Amino acid sequence: MNELQLLTWARGTGLDLAVAIFVLGVIWRLIEIYSLGRKKDLSAPRQVQGASGWHTVFRRSVPPPGMVKKSPVSYLGGYTFHIGLAVVVFGFAPHIKLVEGISGLSWPGLPSQFVDFVAVVTMAAMIVVLVDRLNKPVKRYLSTFEDYATWALTFLPVLTGWLAVQHMVLPYTTMLALHILSVELLLVFLPFTKLFHAFTVFGSRWFNGTVNGHKGVAV
Amino acid sequence: MSKDAIRQSAMQGPLMESLARQGITRRTFLKYCATLASMMALPPAAGRAMAEAMAASPSASKRPSVIWLPFQECTGCTESITRSHTPTLEGLIFDAISLDYQETLMAAAGHQAEEALHAAMKANEGQYLLVVDGSIPLGLEGAYSCIAGKSNLETLKEVAKGAAAIVAMGSCATFGGLPKANPNPTGAVAVSDIIKDKPIVNIPGCPPIPVVMTGVLAHFLTFGSLPELDKLGRPKAFYGETIHDRCYRRPFYDQGKFAKTFDDEGARKGWCLFELGCKGPVTYNACATVKWNGGTSWPVESGHGCLGCSEPNFWDAGGFYKALSMPANPLKMGAAAAVTGAAAGVAVSFVNRAKKAEAKAGHETTTLADLEK
Repeated sequence: MNELQLLTWARGTGLDLAVAIFVLGVIWRLIEIYSLGRKKDLSAPRQVQGASGWHTVFRRSVPPPGMVKKSPVSYLGGYTFHIGLAVVVFGFAPHIKLVEGISGLSWPGLPSQFVDFVAVVTMAAMIVVLVDRLNKPVKRYLSTFEDYATWALTFLPVLTGWLAVQHMVLPYTTMLALHILSVELLLVFLPFTKLFHAFTVFGSRWFNGTVNGHKGVAV
Repeated sequence: MSKDAIRQSAMQGPLMESLARQGITRRTFLKYCATLASMMALPPAAGRAMAEAMAASPSASKRPSVIWLPFQECTGCTESITRSHTPTLEGLIFDAISLDYQETLMAAAGHQAEEALHAAMKANEGQYLLVVDGSIPLGLEGAYSCIAGKSNLETLKEVAKGAAAIVAMGSCATFGGLPKANPNPTGAVAVSDIIKDKPIVNIPGCPPIPVVMTGVLAHFLTFGSLPELDKLGRPKAFYGETIHDRCYRRPFYDQGKFAKTFDDEGARKGWCLFELGCKGPVTYNACATVKWNGGTSWPVESGHGCLGCSEPNFWDAGGFYKALSMPANPLKMGAAAAVTGAAAGVAVSFVNRAKKAEAKAGHETTTLADLEK
């Protein structure tokens, strides 16, 4: 198998398989999670200003007072790489073309130099949060294999994509194939790991907010 | 004799006379050789060396013998080199070699042609350059393509035995080409799949750029060796960079400006053809710099994306009009996966509910008396 065949496999059979496992996993997990249900709360609801599911969805995107100073890496690093990932994934023209190819949806792309810059910043932020995780005893204690594995699964597509565009380490064709394969790996594991927060984050915030709102607590 | 006079004398001979007859001056010839040398990233002096080596071949008997074997091919490679432009400077290279066998170009046919082939092989044993265009069919014991009652496989093995080096011309000879496209009915393979004990230089392209071909021949004539090759056996000088990296439309790619159809505003403004399926980013060739038809234009300049014709398996790489980032084939498993996923989710939720019901049923009420035990 030569580079172009590897790339064609990654764009063809590999992508088909990865997307199938991704779709299967996402639907399975969503049905499983939302069908769990919760016990009925028999107590009378306590109305307090700001205590509701919707408030919590937005409130938890804003750091609580003083926390940015206390844990700047978690907040700034976390924000940087999440926004960076969104820009790189949804702003790079070839990515939009892929979405268009699968779903028919498309939107204008960003200049590739800008996406390139954001990719570097994203990788830097991801490395900083990883180092922080390793350096801080509490974070390190709380971290499991899954945390490091999901970090790698997220980091690899950015790294290989950036290297492919920059023509570094390996020829473009090989690097592009590796980039697509790394994204396929991410798609395969996403539904079954912590990465599934991409789908559940706002739902779970809303649920927590609603439960807390029922108890009259605005958190 | 002065230095200039020596140089002057080295630039005489049958080739120079033949050039003069066609209205090509010594100066034009030197310029051509200098261009050739610079394209091949050779030092400036190499241009003159090439010119001198080609001009110095004194008689037909001493010119290097070249045997050109056509197998499963369309003659496009021969067309490319002989009809590049008129008068073709590229074609002049034929005056510096003794092309002893080339079915399309030679006057002889049938037994005479075969005799010429065998005479050349015998007279230049171990020294002739073998050029092959077309793939070699292995299916039905090679019956798909035969010349003079022999399969291409037999002929190739026989002629390759006495060759100094082999030039695989065009994508069919280098990588199998269109005949090898899925489902490869003839069992087509490349020259390098069969011949393992000879130096092979691959000049892929459908067809290859004429100057690439003449560049390699000129290098062989001048230095007696093949130019530096990449891992696919292609001359690095011509196949060292991708079309995309040397494309004049590259700034539009970087700005995110793409033609969406072949007749939209973007296409008229000459924006990047990536979204229309251009394979420039994964294609190593010199089209963007050397261009075609005497530098007139090249595919991207004429408004069509690169097909990737100099890359192995370009014929089965997911379609010429699909952007590289798009799926190579339609995603077929998505719907089945969604149904399976939903079924799995529902099944698991039933198991979870059963577990909950079981836990509820098994719940024992704790009384004050239990706590005091």
